[in-house]
Amino acid sequence: MDLQEYFSLVFTDYTLRTITLGTAILGAVTGMLGSFAVLRKQSLLGDAISHAALPGIAIAFLITGAKDSNILLLGALVSGLIGTFWIRGIIKKTHLKSDTALGLILSLFFGFGMLLLTFIQKQPNANQAGLDKYLFGQAATLVESDVWMMTIVTGFCLFILLLFWKEFKILLFDADYTKTLGFNTKFIDILITTFIVLAIVLGLQTVGVVLMSAMLLAPAAAARQWTNSLGRMVIIAAIFGALSGVFGTAVSASQNNLSTGPVIVIIASIFVLVSFVFSPSRGLLFKQIRFIKNRRDLQLHKTLSFMYNIAKTHENIAHPHAIKILNNFQGYTRGTLQKLVRKNYVSLDGNQWSLTQEGYKTAANLYNQQTQNDE
Amino acid sequence: MMSNAQIEIQLIASLVAIACAIPGTFLVLRKMAMISDAISHSILPGIVIGFFITQDLNSPLLILLAALTGIVTVVLVEYIQKTGLVKEDTAIGLVFPALFSIGVILIAKNANDVHLDVDAVLLGELAFAPFDRLIISGIDVGPKSLWIIGGILLVTIGLLFAFFKELKVSTFDAGLAASLGFSPAIIHYGLMAVSSVTTVGAFDAVGAILVVALMIAPAASAYLLTNNLKRMLGYAICFGVFAAISGYWVAHWLDASIAGSITSMLGLLFLTVYLFAPSKGIIAVLYREKQQRTEVSLLTFLLHLKNHTEESERHVNHLNEHINWQKVRSKTVLDLALKNNMIAIENHIVSLTNKGNDFTTQAIDYIITNEDAQIEHMKDDFFLFRG
Repeated sequence: MDLQEYFSLVFTDYTLRTITLGTAILGAVTGMLGSFAVLRKQSLLGDAISHAALPGIAIAFLITGAKDSNILLLGALVSGLIGTFWIRGIIKKTHLKSDTALGLILSLFFGFGMLLLTFIQKQPNANQAGLDKYLFGQAATLVESDVWMMTIVTGFCLFILLLFWKEFKILLFDADYTKTLGFNTKFIDILITTFIVLAIVLGLQTVGVVLMSAMLLAPAAAARQWTNSLGRMVIIAAIFGALSGVFGTAVSASQNNLSTGPVIVIIASIFVLVSFVFSPSRGLLFKQIRFIKNRRDLQLHKTLSFMYNIAKTHENIAHPHAIKILNNFQGYTRGTLQKLVRKNYVSLDGNQWSLTQEGYKTAANLYNQQTQNDE
Repeated sequence: MMSNAQIEIQLIASLVAIACAIPGTFLVLRKMAMISDAISHSILPGIVIGFFITQDLNSPLLILLAALTGIVTVVLVEYIQKTGLVKEDTAIGLVFPALFSIGVILIAKNANDVHLDVDAVLLGELAFAPFDRLIISGIDVGPKSLWIIGGILLVTIGLLFAFFKELKVSTFDAGLAASLGFSPAIIHYGLMAVSSVTTVGAFDAVGAILVVALMIAPAASAYLLTNNLKRMLGYAICFGVFAAISGYWVAHWLDASIAGSITSMLGLLFLTVYLFAPSKGIIAVLYREKQQRTEVSLLTFLLHLKNHTEESERHVNHLNEHINWQKVRSKTVLDLALKNNMIAIENHIVSLTNKGNDFTTQAIDYIITNEDAQIEHMKDDFFLFRG
């Protein structure tokens, strides 16, 4: 199946529609909540939580023996929350720093999870096939009930988000102030962390334990480049997330033997790359352009000031001088000279230049900030 | 009796543990633990491309190529960070999943040519390590992984001894290191290079995740037990080797993944240290916090007594409502003060003893000058019993 075929089938074919809807919803909710993770400088928390969820899946399977994804995800949720609160405990109560705490929980929980998974695989009675999909995600295994589950959780997240919008926002930007206003910061903090864990757990089946963190980060990091407003950032992140989900599923469905997780992550990373380069206000490209332009302006000012210092010594400021004498001076180029002429600061006559009245005035006030910025 | 293969597996695991503990200690101290996680994931494309070229998972070229990917990751993270578009942790979180995904896709697209399994990269298969022998001119000299990891370990130890002073200074005081003429950049990238090479050398045997665990967990556990760098290195190595050997036997008993079981042993080890470490463990910390809370209350109480000469303010019943403590709490504080001979109670009227008066005066002095070190000495001088 190629991409074109995929898009023609997506509205008619039941399976494709379910999978696409699922990944789109997932992308939207992770993008939304990821914005908070990124702004709270908890980017790597997602990585730790998603790895920490693995033993929960294995234990839920060992206890119930069922492959029902809701039960397994409940296990993942519990173990993800345990991991999260252990990380907080380590950071708060010991002198170990947050990076150590994250790395510890991530590797220890994941290793323990893998121990359990290999243990399960060796059990003779177990119908364990399918637990592997939680490593890299297999969107193809999504069924309608999973999508409903995602929709309900997303709706719930959205509701809570709108309900506590003001609290979330103020906690994000000024935690101390929030506390002095009398908000229960601990409660808001736990609420938002719990939702981040929830979003991660929701994505395990589709994107997998290993790459889930990128799903949380990438859309939010991309969205951050386009706006400075939290509300807009959340919306843009949700859109980027949903698009990554849809395109990722499309590519992965049209190729053989590709897990969904890595493809979605690559697509999301492309969004990030494009945003980094092309965002108008923060992007690298426009930043470089602005940088070059500023440098040119400075050179222009330098040339003008140099001319002014020469003209000052003459009674008649319009006294012509040879262009040659500018050559000693770094800021001079033919281009900048032309620009000065165009601005009517300088008049050229053959290979002689002279300052105009206007140019003289501007140059005199160049460094005392009395002139309006002329660019 | 242990078979030859079993001894070899334990030997390899122990060598990996030592080789990881050394750079791991410095990563933990430099707050760069997550970089090891990033490296362990992002070497995957390097391994795959190296494998296309060399067709041999144990080739030194592959190890170099993959280690280079590790360095590229670090450079990329630092570049993104320098643009100021996102914070450092976000930069890490963006780079390694992208590189890892490229690796996974490369493997999936070439599944027929590459006998590489992503699970194997993540988990390794230590159990098979003894079967891949290094044969030099017809003589079997041992498993290949043993030689690889042994070589890496030797280089690491050599570098550690050669640059111990530089590493130490630059870890604890980067500014001083720079002013003494050690380039922080060289030491930084040197450490990153060692970490990358170790990760790649070890992944084949124990998998990427165990490498991360072996780098961070022993060092973090050791850090909770000591503040001395040399001792921390020693503890970390001991913890690593202990987990490697005990983990092997647990896996043997459960018939499960060796890497997973070594990691779980590391987890148990860390949990034990986290709970019971003498001064930095969670129980010790909670106990100390409770002690300090009571002692602060005691101080407040004594200050109140000192400030009020009138009897009505010093009546036992009044104190309860005045300072607004719960009954139990006031009782603890009152008992502590009595035990330490700081107050005397007569007809339900509390008054300071001479000792209590001295203590309070000095405590006020401390609060005004606020010299942190003093209060603990003072408590040692005055308290017979702590809170």
